[in-house]
Amino acid sequence: MTPDRIRREVSAWLDANWRVDRPLVEWRNILLEGGWAAPHWPEEWYGRGFTLDQTAVVARVFRERDVVPAAQVGPRGLASETILACGSDDQKRRFLRPILTGEHTWCQLFSEPGSGSDLAGLSTRAELKDGKWIVNGQKVWNTSARHADFGLLVARTDWDVPKHQGISYFLLDMRQPGVEARPLRQMNGHQSFNEVFMTNAVVPPEDLIGGEGNGWHVAKTTLSFERRGFSRRVRGSSLDGRKQGPIYEEYEEEIRIATEPYTWYPQREGRVDLVLPRARETAAINDPATRQEIAKLICLYAGAKLASDGAEARRKAGTTEIIPAGSIGKLAASVIARQASHVHTMISGADAMLSGPDSAADGIIAEVLVSVPAISIAGGTDEIQRNIISERVLGMPKGYRADQGPFRDIKRNG
Amino acid sequence: MQTEFSKEQQLLRDIVSRALREKSPATAVREQMASDRGYDPEIWQELCGDAGLAGVHVPVAYGGAGGGAVELGIVAEEMGRTLFCGPWFASAVMAGTALLEAANEPDWQELLPGVAGGSTIATLVLDDLNGPAGVGGSIRAAGDGKLSGTAAMAVDAHVADLLLVTASGAGGLGLHAVEGGAPGLTVEPLQVVDPTRKLSRVAFADVPARRVGDVTAGTLDRIWDRICSALAHEMIGGAQHLFETTVNYTKERFQFGRPIGSFQALKHRCADLAVEIEIARALTHHSARCLDAGAGEPYAASMAKAATADAYMSAARAGIQLRGGIGFTWENDTHLWFKRAKGSEVLFGTPAIHRERMMTMLEGAA
Repeated sequence: MTPDRIRREVSAWLDANWRVDRPLVEWRNILLEGGWAAPHWPEEWYGRGFTLDQTAVVARVFRERDVVPAAQVGPRGLASETILACGSDDQKRRFLRPILTGEHTWCQLFSEPGSGSDLAGLSTRAELKDGKWIVNGQKVWNTSARHADFGLLVARTDWDVPKHQGISYFLLDMRQPGVEARPLRQMNGHQSFNEVFMTNAVVPPEDLIGGEGNGWHVAKTTLSFERRGFSRRVRGSSLDGRKQGPIYEEYEEEIRIATEPYTWYPQREGRVDLVLPRARETAAINDPATRQEIAKLICLYAGAKLASDGAEARRKAGTTEIIPAGSIGKLAASVIARQASHVHTMISGADAMLSGPDSAADGIIAEVLVSVPAISIAGGTDEIQRNIISERVLGMPKGYRADQGPFRDIKRNG
Repeated sequence: MQTEFSKEQQLLRDIVSRALREKSPATAVREQMASDRGYDPEIWQELCGDAGLAGVHVPVAYGGAGGGAVELGIVAEEMGRTLFCGPWFASAVMAGTALLEAANEPDWQELLPGVAGGSTIATLVLDDLNGPAGVGGSIRAAGDGKLSGTAAMAVDAHVADLLLVTASGAGGLGLHAVEGGAPGLTVEPLQVVDPTRKLSRVAFADVPARRVGDVTAGTLDRIWDRICSALAHEMIGGAQHLFETTVNYTKERFQFGRPIGSFQALKHRCADLAVEIEIARALTHHSARCLDAGAGEPYAASMAKAATADAYMSAARAGIQLRGGIGFTWENDTHLWFKRAKGSEVLFGTPAIHRERMMTMLEGAA
């Protein structure tokens, strides 16, 4: 279908159905029945089988007309895409609709205190007792877990096979006595994540997804969607006060809750945008040493952007070459953030000791200095990215591994 | 602005790359770098005379192929990859660019076809190779047009039939054409770190010359940008060659019962290098596209020159370090690229000079 035709169809449908005085969930049920909630999904599951480009046309029309879309911010996008890709018809029937309407929020229960980079080394235990899965263990770095209704959980169900083969993937009801989420405070003072403790938490057998022992495959599916940006999507969130109507208030609250954990993320990236204004304001722009470091930052920033745009253009053109854009981009982002933090420090001088509202840029610079260390860790450490680039792109040989054989015998954190 | 190479440009790269791999293997580089002349006239005739590589950026009306900075960059990149020895950079890039930017119609007709066709070997003589601001102090043009003074270093002047000299005179800074072997001209070859790029001291004692154009500050900046963009291409080609051969070496060299490329210390250094080169390459290709489109950052060429010089030296240091002892020997080829990297790092401005130049363009002088 051509973009023009899509535009005409969705516009006609909106003319007939979109109203700002409907409750949010009621509107989204109408949207779902109309097939416009997730157009890239298959027709039997609320969609139209559109390509992502076609779906983008629909999203553009929604934005132009200030139409509230299906719920998509936060980890719920990972849940819906994973269930769609790997779930049973029964799971799709039960879970997809309340994700799209926004009635259910989700969180991801992957990392553990004992398994960070080595995700497959996880040791949360799920055992089948009296026909139900009983889960014990601890997860960490769980965004949104405190208000989530369900969690995407990976746990070990077989300790006698190699580590990747003994993992199963569950859809965990978070609203039960055996699940406790506690906020985790970071060095920059924010509490964007949680720890989740599971003590004899219960999962009914029908909420195992992808089959017993097949959890690593399902987890990789989730991670591939995460890399493609299906989490933390804030499209349609550009509310600017000119939109009047009850539905916008509900929608705005949903966005606020989902995006609250990410308010410091721009600071984590180094706030390159503040470098020149700060350098002018402090007259550091006249210092030759600072100028050198600013110029290095500008080169890095411009070059990384050009490289990533070029990779994207080649990918769209259907190249067969291996494009390491993801890992190279992530490593470059770390280098840029560190250089920006370094430059901000040079610009501020002794004032870099201060934080809070009376400090530089209303405390933003101080937040940059204590947030940047996270960027080279979150979402895969720089060291893991370097392994990926050297092994998958440069074809360098894999190193010696000490984690083959039954998981039970592998040395791990006590 | 263009963001990718066109099919024609990719074809040009394939052809040039194939020709240079055949005509400029490391054995040929070693032979030419040990010679006084520094290049093989037969191969020069094939690549620049017959195949037209010296005129890739010269308009068709003056015997060239009518390409732009992108096409010039493609040739430079492949030449840098193979460390091609010959006066292509001096003649096509430096002299060709100076003529196109500073001279005018009658001189284009008279001088460009020879340069574009490879029958004239030309060079650009500047009395400062660090930055445009230093150019013009050491060579003077008298009222009768004769030149006096010295250029401490000039690229490939020892084989030049035509020297284009920036000199100050009554009309301000100008570009002056001098014939090779003119009376009063002394070209003294210098001992150099990088023997694949020959340098000479050029002294002028009342040398007959013809002024072919004005060199305003703006003209000099444009010449500088075009030369630096081409040089960045040459450097990124060399950096990629070093990087690829180094990574391959780590896959073949065994120590402690395993290929050394399986050690994370080496893998991570290579991954960091991949990122540094990727960024420098993107800035380099961007600089040529900016020149051709007359758009983009005015300091794009300085970004490319600074980032690529650093990336080339990183690749050169890693190329030696990751090979261990053999990497430091004369017999191993790595030092040939290391020396070209070092020479190119400082030719037409060190990275620090280019970073200051871009800050001045962006924010004014300090």
